[in-house]
Amino acid sequence: MRKITTAKDAVSRIKSGDVVMVGGFLQGGSPERILEALLSDSSATDLTIVNNDTGFDTMNTYKLMEAGRVSKVYATWIGGNSITGSMYLNQPGSVTLVPQGTLAERIRAAGMGIPEFLTPTGVGTIAAEGKESKVIDGKEYLVEKALHGDVAIVHATVADEFGNCYMRGATKNFNALMPAACQYCIVEAEKIVPVGEIDPDLVTVSGIYVDAVVQL
Amino acid sequence: MDNKVFIAKRVAQMLNDGDVVNLGIGLPTMVANYVPEGITVTFHSENGIMGLGPAPAEGQEDKDIFNAGGSPVTVLPGAKFLDSAESFGIIRGGRVNMSVLGALQVDCRGNLANWCVPGKKVPGMGGAMDLVSGAKEVVLAMEHTAKGNHKILSECTFPLTGKEVVTIIVTEMCVMRVTPNGLLMTELAPGYSVDDVKAATGAPFEVAADLKVMQVPED
Repeated sequence: MRKITTAKDAVSRIKSGDVVMVGGFLQGGSPERILEALLSDSSATDLTIVNNDTGFDTMNTYKLMEAGRVSKVYATWIGGNSITGSMYLNQPGSVTLVPQGTLAERIRAAGMGIPEFLTPTGVGTIAAEGKESKVIDGKEYLVEKALHGDVAIVHATVADEFGNCYMRGATKNFNALMPAACQYCIVEAEKIVPVGEIDPDLVTVSGIYVDAVVQL
Repeated sequence: MDNKVFIAKRVAQMLNDGDVVNLGIGLPTMVANYVPEGITVTFHSENGIMGLGPAPAEGQEDKDIFNAGGSPVTVLPGAKFLDSAESFGIIRGGRVNMSVLGALQVDCRGNLANWCVPGKKVPGMGGAMDLVSGAKEVVLAMEHTAKGNHKILSECTFPLTGKEVVTIIVTEMCVMRVTPNGLLMTELAPGYSVDDVKAATGAPFEVAADLKVMQVPED
């Protein structure tokens, strides 16, 4: 199975209506090259974007939104993207704000086969609206559901030909969680090496989750 | 002394040797500059760093090492990078001794609002809801009023970040603790009277029988 491909080929798998998980935290570890290809080489629309923050107005998630290709967003902080901000205010229901730890755990749960979990985060706040809660040993918890995606787009420092990824420093963030939560995973890598080059102890994401590897 | 420096120094005096501490953006970040000598504190940045260091020298920035505000930072010897699930597992799991944040509003039950100004600005909660529900001590480091408008209220009117979560409020005027009976002023800064604090506070509060002078080390 050959996974090394072009950005154009990789994004051709993305369909209209897909839930697309985008790794990165603000500009840190954001897979800008693949997003650029999604913008220019794909016509998929009505996308749902799952990302920590939807970036800044200078980044490609903003450009994808500007092109009218995004109809829903799940994020934790949207202070840097003016389109997400106006969607939140003017199109109720289009932007779901999720506490950051809850978003991370919902994505992790999807990848790890856990349909729902309990968390104390958000009790008594807007994050609790419409959710079931449970009291355990006198403390209240919200029931949060796993969040699955159709496609993960992530950034790696080094990937091998099998798709094993090393994600350096603070770029692990959501990049390390999203591949397991999605049906199809595209990795952009700063460097691609033969299988066996990355020390197994230093593999952040196993290649079993990865379908396409694109040289940055 | 500048109000923000005064507040940051007082919060720093509350740190204990071995603490794991998360500092919010802005004034809370300044606390790291005043950690008392002789104690070791590990700073956590929720985007994925345990063992955060100071900002790098100009030209020494590393694109892969940044804090929750996206700004370049360094890591100290002994640090570990984390993915977001583990980073928040550390918070939820109770390993963060102190979370220091700012506030738009706080009330006498310890309810906190700091993520949304309804109808105006909705930047989102980021990791704040997780931090306030998971950290053992939730310290607000903030100026007592917003240009004269009350921030300490009987009841928050903005959407909450957390319900009954704040434990200590540190301002340029005083230190208050949130108790089951409401707010208790435990320290008063030099130059202010109890009446000054009352005028700047939109909630009733008790004054501790052993009210102390709020003091910080000189530079």
